[in-house]
Amino acid sequence: MIGLQHYLTLAAMLFVLSIAGIIVNRRNLILILMCIELMLLAVNFNFIAFSRYLGDDTGQVFVFFILTVAAAESAIGLAILVVLFRNRRSINVQELNTMKG
Amino acid sequence: MFQAILFYFYAAILVAAALGVVFSRNPVHSIMLLVLAFFNSAILWLMAEAEFLAIVLVLVYVGAVMVLFLFVVMMLEVNIEAAKRGLIRYAPLAIAIALIMVVELVQLIWLRGQLAELPGVFVAYPEGYDNTKALGSVLYTEHVYAFEIAAVILLLAIVSAITLTMRKRPGLKVQKIAEQVAVRSEDRVRIVKMKSEKKS
Repeated sequence: MIGLQHYLTLAAMLFVLSIAGIIVNRRNLILILMCIELMLLAVNFNFIAFSRYLGDDTGQVFVFFILTVAAAESAIGLAILVVLFRNRRSINVQELNTMKG
Repeated sequence: MFQAILFYFYAAILVAAALGVVFSRNPVHSIMLLVLAFFNSAILWLMAEAEFLAIVLVLVYVGAVMVLFLFVVMMLEVNIEAAKRGLIRYAPLAIAIALIMVVELVQLIWLRGQLAELPGVFVAYPEGYDNTKALGSVLYTEHVYAFEIAAVILLLAIVSAITLTMRKRPGLKVQKIAEQVAVRSEDRVRIVKMKSEKKS
């Protein structure tokens, strides 16, 4: 029977996969943003599984807020990306060394 | 049993789509596979009886955020090969780290489940339970301030996205409507008095 542990395992696999994606695609800013979206999805999986397991709807309210913040984050991130591309003609993370950080 | 088969089927598609997102060469393919991943997670959330959030995931993520990503990727026209050159170099390290982490996490989850002798399965909701209704009654009473803050965050996202991407281009020929409306006939027409001239 499918239960908490199956969902947690699936979420762990998604999360780790998106971490690997950030390491692999660390030159392309768009793919990094997409991997962050995938990571937030894995977190939401955990929230829903535990909310269902404990019979408490507050976890699902948290998922609601995470979705809101993720949508805002991707909108602002893509806006920054567009401005960056307009100024530099590239979204390669390696070339973004203007601040010498 | 049938539910378990369905779960494994959709979970397999989800993991495969996530793998495709990470290792695809073309960003447009990545976004398409990400849409597939979100759709399959919505189905899995439906199976966990979180119906409202499943529909919200499809509407908000597949309908809005992914289309936004697609717009940006197609607008930017990035050089794919140059962006992907680092993929081969770091792939073995990333895969090794990911394998170690996933083995540890899965071991932790199953070991803890066995040690604590958790029931593991979800408790069935009582008859007549309405997920949307239950979520709404919690959201608008206990978490109403967080709800309002979420609204402000969305407004902030709108304002900042517009402010970031708006640009004033110099040398653009536009109408100055206020000046055009405010102009009077004295500014434009000058009446000159002079005597008539004879034709010679």
